[in-house]
Formats: sequence, structure tokens, C-alpha cells
Amino acid sequence: MLKLNGLKLLHFKNSQDAQTVDIPLPKTVKIPMQQHMGAPCTPTVKVGDQVRVGQLIGDSDQPFSVPVHCSVSGTVTALEDYVTSGGLPAKRVVVETDGLQTPVECSPHTVTNQAELVEAARNAGLAGLGGAGFPTHIKLGYKDVDRLDTLVINAAECEPYITSDYREMMEYPDDIIEGIQAVMKCLNIGRAYIGIEDNKPAAIALLNQKAAGTSIRVEALRSIYPQGAEKVIIYNTTGRIVEEGELPADKGVVVMNVTTVANLSRYLRTGMPLTHKRVTVDGNFVEKPMNVRVPIGTSVEDLLNFAGIDRERVKKALMGGPMMGLAMENLDTPIIKNNNAIVLFDEAEAEAPHTTACIRCGRCIDVCPMNLMPANLEKAFDAGDKEELERLKVGLCINCGSCTYVCPAKRNLAQKHQLAKAMLRRKK
Amino acid sequence: MNSYIVSPSPHIRSGRTTRRIMLDVIIALCPALIASIVIFGWRALLVAAVCVGSCILIEYLCRLVMKKEQTIGDLSAVVTGLLLAMNLPASVPLWVAMIGCFFAIAVVKQLFGGIGQNFANPAIAARVLLLMSFSGYMTNFSTPQSYLGVDTVASATPLVQLANGGDVPTLLQMFLGVKASCAVGEVSAAALLLGGIYLVIRRVIKPITPLVFIATVFLLSGALGMDPVKQILSGGLMLGAIFMATDYTTSPSTNWGKVVFALGCGLITVLIRKYGSYPEGVSYAILLMNILTPQLDKLFVHKPLGGKKVEKHA
Repeated sequence: MLKLNGLKLLHFKNSQDAQTVDIPLPKTVKIPMQQHMGAPCTPTVKVGDQVRVGQLIGDSDQPFSVPVHCSVSGTVTALEDYVTSGGLPAKRVVVETDGLQTPVECSPHTVTNQAELVEAARNAGLAGLGGAGFPTHIKLGYKDVDRLDTLVINAAECEPYITSDYREMMEYPDDIIEGIQAVMKCLNIGRAYIGIEDNKPAAIALLNQKAAGTSIRVEALRSIYPQGAEKVIIYNTTGRIVEEGELPADKGVVVMNVTTVANLSRYLRTGMPLTHKRVTVDGNFVEKPMNVRVPIGTSVEDLLNFAGIDRERVKKALMGGPMMGLAMENLDTPIIKNNNAIVLFDEAEAEAPHTTACIRCGRCIDVCPMNLMPANLEKAFDAGDKEELERLKVGLCINCGSCTYVCPAKRNLAQKHQLAKAMLRRKK
Repeated sequence: MNSYIVSPSPHIRSGRTTRRIMLDVIIALCPALIASIVIFGWRALLVAAVCVGSCILIEYLCRLVMKKEQTIGDLSAVVTGLLLAMNLPASVPLWVAMIGCFFAIAVVKQLFGGIGQNFANPAIAARVLLLMSFSGYMTNFSTPQSYLGVDTVASATPLVQLANGGDVPTLLQMFLGVKASCAVGEVSAAALLLGGIYLVIRRVIKPITPLVFIATVFLLSGALGMDPVKQILSGGLMLGAIFMATDYTTSPSTNWGKVVFALGCGLITVLIRKYGSYPEGVSYAILLMNILTPQLDKLFVHKPLGGKKVEKHA
């Protein structure tokens, strides 16, 4: 079998043994209506409304969207306009907490077929929690259900620093197994793989033990970045190549993040939708790395206060890991469903390095997991050559950042690819 | 409110820089440089120092005149200077060496846009220019002074001797470089190999190019009735295969491209050595393949994972 290209990174999994701790209830939370890929939600509450934990506060009539639930109990004090970290305008619901955390009434759900599973996933407010935020109910609602034969659970967690999925595996292995079994039953899928990078031997051993006697297999994957990229993990667990323009389901595969599937099983057991998220707080100068469970909508500011971060040292604050995370301009940003880490850098790591001329060393070409040719793509983009960009398949770039990482001339190759994609979209 | 640095991902970078790569090449050339000083004396070091100094100065002046960002810090001019020195006889007049440096840096490198833009390896192009313009100086291999108390030969390169059927050094001598007359850097295959191994370990070069190049010369010269071991140990083959054919800018960027490039280099080298009027063909071979590199790069493109063929536009 062909070996995909990739990178050996330093892992910095400093927080792997940090048990999840709960943050004290913040005074206010700001819950965005856009925490997923797809249409934003419209608030279903008004200013002055009393809300409870798990109550629906935002929904959309668009199928490609995910409802939003309240993470606290309290009073709605504002409906604000804001711009998401991805640059989209949306609303957010500001709730002042009452400290009681009164839950909505909820009850367990039993699911036996695809329709019930899809409804449950939607009502649970689930979007891909690994980072992409793809609506889970869309994924599970693939129309040609007979084609599906394999479930791949993405537990690679290949980004440096982040251990929130690892803590999920160590703390809630039974939820994971039960969630997998529910999906397998409803979609009539015979086989499931849990793909874990081999730098997490304890999680591999624990899940192996929990999966004994089931048709779930734990796959220890090489710790090669980006092992957790969807097409990469599908290939490395099933040997199947998802082709251009295809969904994984077209190749018979459903991929779910490990924390997503655990949350699905918690919803089925309790009826309580997704309201909290575990976030790793770490960085190159952070003395006490943590895994913190926060109500969705908690500001990064509150989280860093709780984690005892020396704010003066922070020069760059990332939502997500250092390879694909988003640099935040300020810390007022709320934590959303698909956040799994806040990574902080001081001046030693924060400044982007000086860019020099390409020396055609070919390292970017050697490292691209999609087998693209980043140096050539950059040249084509700089020349505005759309035909060449299409021929070289810039659309297949997954923005994993490996090319930029290895470049000795410190060129922003991955960024150029994203700009090139935007340029091609404008043409159409 | 505090504001933080915002930049596109990824937010971490590998420690490797252009400067570090060039430094590794310089380190890798040191054994060969030391060997040449031992064999040829301080004159070899003088040639190297003049070439390095001239290349740095010329690059500095070029960038200054062109009002471009200064690039001497990336050490690539040092590498070019060292490589050119390696390609010159120890007895070369210094002004000839300086003309070579000017051609390499100003004409071949900077006029085409500087590092990463040159169509040919500057040191190779300069050697070929000097060989054509000053063939007398360039083939006058002075008597190596014996610093080891060993007899030395005073004549043309072993390749010329091979061609003339004259007395040639033994294989071991050719390998270690105790006894040879040739350009500064070609003196010791062992020292060049040592540098090559360092570059491979440091992942600066891939072994594929030198291996295919040398193997092609070995097999083809054997097939044509030449002594294959002597062919690979003599002349500029080791220097060319390890340090010049592996130049990033002027060789293809994919592995298959590199294989064909190295095959071509080996083929042309042997054909020139066997049938050409020059005894040595490594420089010409590499120069010709440098020129073919854009075509090879077009020929050998990667097939993206799961990529579908694009319909040809009319």
C-alpha cells in the first residue's frame, strides 16, 4: 500500500495527563449562532427570556445547519451582531448566568434506524467537533445508506499540544464505544475503526480493552501529521481513496470525530444536547497545561483567567492547534462547539518568520499528503494562471500547512493555496 | 484591549532555513577542501578564499545596484564561490578565477533574478566559460607539492592520461587523492564522498541523483570497454554528482525527474569522455541537463491523491 506523505512534528502533548476540570460558571456567556459549517441559526429567544441549560436558543430552517442550545441557565440580556472567526456575520445570544444551572427537562432516546439517528444527531446540536464543524446529521443522513459499510472514528489528534480528544478517550471510553455501536446499528454498518496515532499508547490499550468482543477495531496509526485529515485517515484505516468531488460516504465510509460520537451517546442516554466543550489550554510558555470543560459561549478571556495565564506574555493566541488553528485578534472570542484548544505563544514563537526566495528544494512537494506540488501552485497563483491551478488541483489542498512548515524559505504556501481557491471561485 | 499577532496558519515552522542548508553544503565541502590543501598546498586555499570573497562581493554589489533586498546572508554566494574554486586548477591565475566568479554570480545568478531563478548552476556555467576562454590556464595542472612525502605526478589529469594510455595512479591513490593532478576539489573521491554522506544524513540532498549519475557512468563506461572504476574515481564526477547535479534550482523537483536528470548526466558524461574531443564531460553534461530541467519538471508532475483528469481545453 502506498504511504502518504506527511510530517514528523514535535508533539508537545504536555496536557495529556491533565484530567478535565470544570471552569467556575462565568458571569455571562455569548453563544454564537454560527458554530458549524452551513447556514447560521436565528435566535429563538428574546432579550429578557429566562433560559435553561440545554434549551434550544437558535435554529434554522435550512437543512445544512445545526441548532444551538443554551449552555447555562439565566437571562438573555442581548442579541448581538458579531463576525465569526471565519469572517462570517452572525448573531450571538448573550446570557447572564443565574448560577443555578437548571437543566431543561430531557429524557433518554432510543434510536433504531437512520431517520431516528439523524433526528437525534440534529437535536443533540452536533457538528464535527474535531474542528471542521460539519453537521453530523447531514453526514449520518447519507441518502444511499446501503452503500455505507465502514465507520471510521477519527481519534488521531495529530495537531501538536491538543489532548482534548485524548482525554475523552481516557475519561469516557464507554461513551465512545456505545456511540459507535448506536451508529453502526442504525446505519447497518458492519465494521468500525478507531484510528489513533501511536503516540497515545494508553488510549489505544484502553479502547482495545473496551472494544474486545465487538466488531470495532482500534488502529494504531503512525504519528505522521496530518494523520487526522479526513482523506488521510480514511486511506490509512480502510485503504480507500476519496476522489475529487466525492464525499467519504460515496466510498462507503462515515467518518466521525471521537468526541462527537461520545457526545452522541451521551445525548441518547440523557437527552441533554451538546452544551459544554473540553478545551486544551497550552502553549510554548504555559507552565500548567490544562484540559478545561467550559460552557459553550464562555469567552477565551474567562478561560485564560481560570487557567492562570500570564496575559502579558501572550503574543499570539490560537483557536485550535499550531498547524491549522486560527490566530485570534482579541480574547473576547467565545468558545464554540468545534474548539478543542487554545494554544498560546509568547514572542519566541509568535512572529511569522521572514520570507525569502524559493530555492526549488522540493521539500513542500515531498511532504504534501495530497501529493500536490505546492511550489508550482504558488508560482501559478502568483502568475494568475487559473488553468494551471486547476490542472495542478489546488482544490484538493486541505490546508494542513505541511508545505509552509517545511519551507526553508519560509514561504506562506498553504495560504497561497487558499487564496488561489478563492480566485478560482470568483471566476465561476 | 490587548491585540495579538494575527497571521495565517501554520503557526510553527521547521528550523531549517536556506542559510542552514547552504551552511551544510559548506561544511560538506570542507573535507575536500582540506584534502586539496594537503595535496596542492596553500595555493588551493588561496584560490578558494579569492573565489568566496569575490562571489560575496559581486553578489553584494549586484543587489545594491539592482536595489533589491540583500541576500549575501543566505550563504549561497559562499557555496558558489567554493564550488567554483573546487572546479579550478590550483595554479589558476587569480584574475581568471575572479572572471569566473563575476560570470557565475552577476550573469548566471543575478541577471536571472537571484537565488532560485538561475537556469544553470552558476559554478558549472562559470567553469565551462573559463574552460572555453582560458583553456590553457584551465588545463595546466601544476605539480602538486608533496606534503606527505609521497611522489606526485606532474602532468594532465588522470583522464588525459587514461585517454593517452599513459601512466596512471593506482585506484587507491585515485580514491584517497594522494597522487593526482586535477582541479582543486576533484582531488579526493573519499573526501567528496564523506561530504556527500553528511549531506544525505542532514537531508540536504537525496542520494538518488548522485547514485544514478555515478551508476550510469559506471555501467555505461564498462559497457563501452572503459575501466568503470577509474571512470567513476577520476575527473569531476564525484564533485559533479554529489555537489553540482544536486543543486535544487537547476535540477528537477520530483524524484522521477531527478532520476532522468541523473541518467542524462551520466550518459552525456560517458559519451563525451569516450567520443568527444574533451577528456572530461561532467560539466557539460550537468550544464546540458540544467537546461532541460524545466522540460523534465513539466514531464514529471505528481498525480494528486484522488485527483481526476482535467479535460483538455481546446
